[in-house]
Amino acid sequence: MTELPWLDVVIFAPLAVALALGFVPKGRVETLRTAALGGALFVFALSIGMLVSFDAGEAGFQLGTSLSWIPEWGIGYVVGVDGVSLWMIMLTAFLTPLSVLASWSIVERVKPFFIFMLVLESALIGVFAALDMFLFYLFWEASLVPMYFLIGIWGYEKRIYAAMKFFLFTLAGSLLMLAAIIFLYFSAAGEPTFDYQSLLGTPLTLGTQRLLFLAFFAAFAVKVPLVPLHTWLPDAHTEAPTAGSVMLAAVLLKLGAYGLIRFAIPLFPDAAREMTPLIMTLAIIGILYGALVALVQKDLKRLIAYSSVAHLGFVVLGIFVGSIEGMSGGILQMLNHGLSTGALFMLVGALYDRRHTRLIADFGGLAKSVPVMAGVFLLVALSSLGLPALNGFVGEFLILLGMYTRYSWWVIPAAFGIVLAAVYLLWAYQRVFHGEPATKENRGLSDLGMREIAMLAPVVALIVTIGVYPKPFLDRINPSAEQLVTRMRRCSVDGTTGASIPEACGGGAGAGNVAEAP
Amino acid sequence: MKAFDPVLAPYIVALPLIGALGLLLLGRRLRAVAGLVASATVGVGFVLGVIVLVQMLGVTEKGGHGREAVVRVWEWISAGSFSVNVDLLVDPLSMVMVLVVTGVGTLIHVYSIGYMHDDPRYSRFFGYMNLFVASMLLLVLADNLLLLYVGWEGVGLCSYLLIGFWFERRAAAGAAKKAFIVNRVGDFSFLIGIFVLSVTVSSLTVSSINEAAGGMTAGIATTAALLLFGGATGKSAQIPLYVWLPDAMEGPTPVSALIHAATMVTAGVYMVARFSPVFEASGGLALGVVAWIGALTALWAALMAAAEYDIKRVLAYSTISQLGYMFLALGVRAYSIAIFHLVTHAFFKALMFLGAGSIMHSLDGEVDMRNMSGLRKVMPITAFTFMTGWLAISGIIPFSGFFSKDAILASAWHQGRYALWAIGAGTALLTAFYMSRLYFRIFEGDLKVPEGVHVHESPPSMVGALIPLGVLSVVGGVINLPGLLTLDHFLEPVVGESEVPSGFTPWILGAIALLAGIAGIAFARTLYLLPGGATRRAALCERFKTPVDAARNKFWVDEIYGRGIVLPGKAFASFCANVIDARLVDGAVNGGGRVVAGAGWLFRRAQSGYVRSYALTFLFGVVVIFSLLVFRVAL
Repeated sequence: MTELPWLDVVIFAPLAVALALGFVPKGRVETLRTAALGGALFVFALSIGMLVSFDAGEAGFQLGTSLSWIPEWGIGYVVGVDGVSLWMIMLTAFLTPLSVLASWSIVERVKPFFIFMLVLESALIGVFAALDMFLFYLFWEASLVPMYFLIGIWGYEKRIYAAMKFFLFTLAGSLLMLAAIIFLYFSAAGEPTFDYQSLLGTPLTLGTQRLLFLAFFAAFAVKVPLVPLHTWLPDAHTEAPTAGSVMLAAVLLKLGAYGLIRFAIPLFPDAAREMTPLIMTLAIIGILYGALVALVQKDLKRLIAYSSVAHLGFVVLGIFVGSIEGMSGGILQMLNHGLSTGALFMLVGALYDRRHTRLIADFGGLAKSVPVMAGVFLLVALSSLGLPALNGFVGEFLILLGMYTRYSWWVIPAAFGIVLAAVYLLWAYQRVFHGEPATKENRGLSDLGMREIAMLAPVVALIVTIGVYPKPFLDRINPSAEQLVTRMRRCSVDGTTGASIPEACGGGAGAGNVAEAP
Repeated sequence: MKAFDPVLAPYIVALPLIGALGLLLLGRRLRAVAGLVASATVGVGFVLGVIVLVQMLGVTEKGGHGREAVVRVWEWISAGSFSVNVDLLVDPLSMVMVLVVTGVGTLIHVYSIGYMHDDPRYSRFFGYMNLFVASMLLLVLADNLLLLYVGWEGVGLCSYLLIGFWFERRAAAGAAKKAFIVNRVGDFSFLIGIFVLSVTVSSLTVSSINEAAGGMTAGIATTAALLLFGGATGKSAQIPLYVWLPDAMEGPTPVSALIHAATMVTAGVYMVARFSPVFEASGGLALGVVAWIGALTALWAALMAAAEYDIKRVLAYSTISQLGYMFLALGVRAYSIAIFHLVTHAFFKALMFLGAGSIMHSLDGEVDMRNMSGLRKVMPITAFTFMTGWLAISGIIPFSGFFSKDAILASAWHQGRYALWAIGAGTALLTAFYMSRLYFRIFEGDLKVPEGVHVHESPPSMVGALIPLGVLSVVGGVINLPGLLTLDHFLEPVVGESEVPSGFTPWILGAIALLAGIAGIAFARTLYLLPGGATRRAALCERFKTPVDAARNKFWVDEIYGRGIVLPGKAFASFCANVIDARLVDGAVNGGGRVVAGAGWLFRRAQSGYVRSYALTFLFGVVVIFSLLVFRVAL
């Protein structure tokens, strides 16, 4: 059967659309917008094709392509998806057209804006699909460029500072990771290679694992972000244009969590296990600290940014607890956070378009003037605070349950995060939407228009669907989660020498071997 | 014999859910019919419930076993070894709850057609109400703890939406938020209880938890039971989390009747009864806590009710107090009696709230009992039905409340819990007192209403709901009288039979309970009805100045929570944001940046032309890789 190489098509289609946009004269704003939207929707349609071809019962990589690229250096074009990357790619492809829709208010330099958006999409999908370390690093760095420009050119007042901070933080982490990748390349058993699946069985002493793990961890912890490496995030989120904030929160932050799942843990399982208590502590601090700081923010975007710190704390917790429930919940929560926080940024963007302010104190009583927006905002906020029957609950519940099964009472401080989430979200909601509209600006606002409804309705539909019927999502996540947890837990360190036992990590009953890309 | 197969059960939940979605999405376009549609979905649900009940009663296996069925709707969450489904459990206990929720719910929906008639958000109101009924039905029909938790949070959400229905009012918005957050604290405990049970039992279905309870260690069972009960103290407004309920009176009055009296607040009682084997397995400790919290809450809230002037708040404190009685019953293992009191309370308290609503409707929203009197003459139906509620809650024979409250006190006595019995009996006197105070001040004496108010009896849709509830308040007690359909026997397969004393004791206990009620009424009569009552009141207040002041100030509990928890919490959050985050963490970052900038090259270059500098760095990375590779290959 000749089927489309769905994954490759999905990776490069946005790039092709971006190229095509290059031929549209820059003055034709309407054409540019429509073409960008059409292109992004087309990519989403392709991603649906990929989703349909994906075999839900399979734990390993699927829909893969493996081409030799620079054989003498062991570099290949190797891509493939499993239950983790599948949903991250779907999320990216789903949110890009919506972010394009959220960018109608962009009037300056429209053409490069949309080109950057689509290049960003390609790079992000590439990061999630890459199974060659070199290719991964290339996409990883490439995703920085468009985001950097999106913030730096189309952002708000302090955009240069924010873009710079975003850039320097990320770069600092990435360089360490680069060094680690190169080290790993030379450590490969047999011929040096960047091939991820070959590198999985690399025998490394515990000491080496520790150093390499920390180098990878630095890059990913910045992206997640884990406290105390988070301070780039509120600035970048706040200063970015709406589409930038959406992509940043929904997808770019997931790069960090994804990197931990895909690389840091499976490549260095012994070191990962050893560091688990420390990382979980940071995650719990993130949950509580992020929520507390969110509570007293005056700017809506900053509030959502800090709520992301808290939510990603849950994700990291799920990834590291070492139980399948936690891992599945963590992966699902990556998707959930993307949807809920993406929608929140779209809504705050819609508010900004109307009132040209993001300060909570400038609002009040909006539920009266914009009832539909108020309703949607509430639903999204409720999903963010983990109300059952909405998406966030399923993820958070599985994470906390997974944590309880392994760490019993340590779950208490983490679970307290759900109380704080209700406090900061409902308090903010009350100040923005409840009460009488105090100022004349807040009285005469127009409610959500058709474009905005078209942009929010799909997200809301998914928020409800995942909450009520998460089975199709979990069915595709579970096998991969199980494999990841098995790999994470099985490897053991010889206590006397401190050296890892490669047999236990790489071989044995085939469980450690992921399916070869076809 | 045909097995019991209640295929209609999912539709009982689905109908109001569909109603809610329709009303909330189509909104104003349905305004003309919103009230009717919403009432119909709940009403038809009631009819379906009756059909299922008849089917259930047709199963006449010995002792009523076999009257239980699980209906699979869909698979819900599954990961690792954990799995829960959307399954409904139809058994005698859930059906009693279904009938109360849909039955009282229908009446309150019909009442709301008149009460909310002029509200601009009329359709939305009914959308929320239908959503509430659907969530509540899910809660009581859930076959597993997690699905129950979905309903539990769903009703909490609807409570939030409906308390804050008139969100323009600052107090309403604040009360809604307070209700949600205080409940979240309870839910936090509940959630951890779910974890404990999930890991101990490896399943969350009602049957597996209750079957496994016998094999649990007392420590695990106590922990799980108390964590679940922590959730109940939030939802059912018990010490220490009751503070949200009085404020919740900011919501429209039908909401107070349905959610904050008849149904939602009883969810905690239902839940404890549902998982009573877990509480039993704790070896007395958990049940003891439940009983004592219940008894103390009953007394504590009754004291505040006696000092309150706001009609709705009196009823709110009264609800807290009556819920306390239900927990007292649960704590002395009289589970079916707790459900019995839940049912009669649903009748008479919903009735009194709707009566209060009728008064507010007539008096332009006036709720202060000092500004009205003698309303019986102008609002006879409201007054007469309210009177049945008053006598029922005061425990006067043969009104419904007498039977259920007497049964609770008798159960406490029978278990040898004399202190609990004494608190219960004392509270019964206090209850009769504060309720008589309310009734006498509003309905008796000379007619007095706020100036400019045209007082009138309420429209037919409203009084039409009062009358059936009035009848039920009178005769509701029959459901537990010995006979064909005794509630106690009907519930026996689920929660076991409640033990009550035999011989002469029940008659004596009943007489004492009745006397307590009569004494309370008589005492209120001397203070509020007889001539010279005002001077006697003044003298009494003077003499007991300190306790009266304390009760009037609600024992300063809100202030203690405010200054002890909320303010320090906010201060700590500000400290985190302004000192730790802005100065310490980000300060280090910016400071580091400045050091680098001082050192010069990289940072300045980066700032001067960020485009070039980025490309430069990126290239730098690529060059490093390639040179290393080249180096390697060259070797």
